[in-house]
Amino acid sequence: MSSSDQKDQLYAAREPVFPRRVSGKFRSLKWWIMGLTLAVYYLTPWLRWDRGPNLPDQAVLVDLAGRRFFFFWIEIWPHEFYFIAGLLIMAGLGLFLFTSALGRVWCGYACPQTVWTDLFILVERWVEGDRNARIRLWNSKWNIRKWRLRFTKWIIWGLIGVATGGAWVFYFTDAPVLLVDLFTLNAHRVAYTTIAVLTLFTVMFGGFAREQVCIYMCPWPRIQAAMVDEETLTVAYRDWRGEPRGKLSKAANPDQLGDCIDCMACVNVCPVGIDIREGQQLECITCALCIDACDDIMDKIGKPRGLIDYLALTDETAERAGGQPKKIWKHVLRPRTILYTTLWSLIGFGLVFALFIRPDIDMSVAPVRNPTFVMLSDGSIRNAYDVRLRNKNGDDRPFRISLTTDVILRIELEGTPDLSVNVPADSTLLQRVYVTAPVGSGADKLDRTGFRLWVEDLISDERTYDDTVFNGSAR
Amino acid sequence: MAQKPEKKQPETTGHSWDGIEEYNNPLPRWWLWSFYACIIWAVAYAIAYPAIPLIKGATPGLLGWSTRGEVKADIQKFTDANAEIEAKLSETDITLVSADTELQSYAVNAGAAVFRSNCSQCHGSGAQGAKGYPNLLDNDWLWGGDIEAIAQTVRYGVRSTSDETRYSEMPAFGEFLEKEEIAQVANYALSLSNSEHDAGLASSGAAIFEDNCVSCHKEDGTGDREQGAPNLADAIWLFGGDIESVTQTITSARNAVMPNWGGRLTGAQVKAVSAFVHQLGGGE
Repeated sequence: MSSSDQKDQLYAAREPVFPRRVSGKFRSLKWWIMGLTLAVYYLTPWLRWDRGPNLPDQAVLVDLAGRRFFFFWIEIWPHEFYFIAGLLIMAGLGLFLFTSALGRVWCGYACPQTVWTDLFILVERWVEGDRNARIRLWNSKWNIRKWRLRFTKWIIWGLIGVATGGAWVFYFTDAPVLLVDLFTLNAHRVAYTTIAVLTLFTVMFGGFAREQVCIYMCPWPRIQAAMVDEETLTVAYRDWRGEPRGKLSKAANPDQLGDCIDCMACVNVCPVGIDIREGQQLECITCALCIDACDDIMDKIGKPRGLIDYLALTDETAERAGGQPKKIWKHVLRPRTILYTTLWSLIGFGLVFALFIRPDIDMSVAPVRNPTFVMLSDGSIRNAYDVRLRNKNGDDRPFRISLTTDVILRIELEGTPDLSVNVPADSTLLQRVYVTAPVGSGADKLDRTGFRLWVEDLISDERTYDDTVFNGSAR
Repeated sequence: MAQKPEKKQPETTGHSWDGIEEYNNPLPRWWLWSFYACIIWAVAYAIAYPAIPLIKGATPGLLGWSTRGEVKADIQKFTDANAEIEAKLSETDITLVSADTELQSYAVNAGAAVFRSNCSQCHGSGAQGAKGYPNLLDNDWLWGGDIEAIAQTVRYGVRSTSDETRYSEMPAFGEFLEKEEIAQVANYALSLSNSEHDAGLASSGAAIFEDNCVSCHKEDGTGDREQGAPNLADAIWLFGGDIESVTQTITSARNAVMPNWGGRLTGAQVKAVSAFVHQLGGGE
């Protein structure tokens, strides 16, 4: 594309990227992470966990209809959503921590977009061959061979897409039952729609959009700028060592050349199609494949490894001045990362603590405010409370409600003459509770009087309370 | 890409403002296609759905969809879904409704809706009533607080146009008694509930009460539900429990009215709203 041509173009066609195969320590690490993350994603819904009768035996289940989240031995109810919020905050802080220490390490290794793109490129390479073969195929006419290869690739991509969408829906309902239903066409149409949409987007993002997702759609590359600093390890090219670059065989005076032989190995393996030698760029996901590619070349020409390496800005400054780069742990261990780690751990410990102390029974009390009080025929003042009783046990439990207070207050339950109600297994019961202050009790003429409402599980003797107020007739 | 050109200077758009040049970073072409697709979608949407405002309403759209139609369909869906239990409610004797947990739950919820639309204007959204409009949360009832009595009141009303209406009429004693006598009997009435009163006047009022009031309000002033005569010995005063209010009540009488809802509500709705009122805390 000539430059005059480009002036008139507001929109550019995507330039295809054909990453070459590479091997090395970072590539091996990426294979392991890819295998692990894909295995976790595809296999988790199939893990079983016996919770006894009446409860699902799927280890990880998001039961939207029943409003429950099951995670192995943990069961989260909607009112305990703060656990999810806490996990999200931890995920956020974790991302801050990793980004401030290691740059876009999430993007390079663990982001689903990267993992699935890697998988799709693996398929592409297996079907169409490595980089050069793929470029040739791209430029060739649409003959039978090209159609055959393309269709094979697309079909495999499609199958991966279906498996990906399929695995997603298994998290929301019993997996073995749903699998049979899906094949016998008995599943709910929401399941089919979800699978179809996820298949479409998996193939579109992993097969066709690839690096465009990271560059144009994802907000994280923009946010990361606030997260990295001069101590952050990112993938960098030692231009002070590599430049001036040039081919040793063609050069007139090879002694004056740097270590870079301009072999383009780093560019050819790059999944986002950039040249790392131009410095840190928005597109770079720090997947470190160029490090593997360059180290391989350096070994071959007998130069030391690390022309492209994980480096921090301070290292670059030090090396240009003739110094040595810092040890990795010195980059990683600094106030900022320690702060993130501390916060992350505190929230983590807090959540675990909250998880262990939460009771199997629970109550929330809402005083009825319309009206705040009622005068009865004997002149006593009555307040009503909507009490929500939660029984998280797997069997029905009788709950007894009582109150403690400094003044005289009588308690009654709507619809039952005694003070206990039966709360069905694994569910919530809304019980209207009346509290009456007799004439002369003190509370009837006051504005507000605090008291404590107790609920006790008559089987386990577990009890819990909620503090609330009694509104008297004083204004 | 091996064929990537060496970048010397980034491309610029050629625009220059005060020496500031703009880089040419073109958007990808798929973005442009998505943009065109959105335009086509918008046009198709405007044809298929109500979109273009006219003087009276908007273009209806080829699909004939409307929010009103959608709401109507939703209401119909719930009406159909409830048809069975609604029929059961209308066949079940009102005293047996509370024995069936599911039916009672439906009746209370449906009754709450009926109450909000029809009753809350006078009795208040929380059923707490107002001066002249009874509080339905307390345990004081003019015409009875069991479920059958409540349903009867709802269905036929009080001093309504129905032939079956609950009816009673307190005379305006201003026509028969002297002001002095009214003051005496008013203080006596207040003394029955130990409300603030003048003991001297009250003692002379006892005889007047005996002569004029006991036939309805009874000897001890506890009233008579058969004729809707209020209990004067309790703490609750529908029209106010201070001496001025009571004096005015005796002088001019107060005869509040409640419509006969049986004419407007279905049998099931009357049962539902009665079940709702009955479980508000005062039901007998």
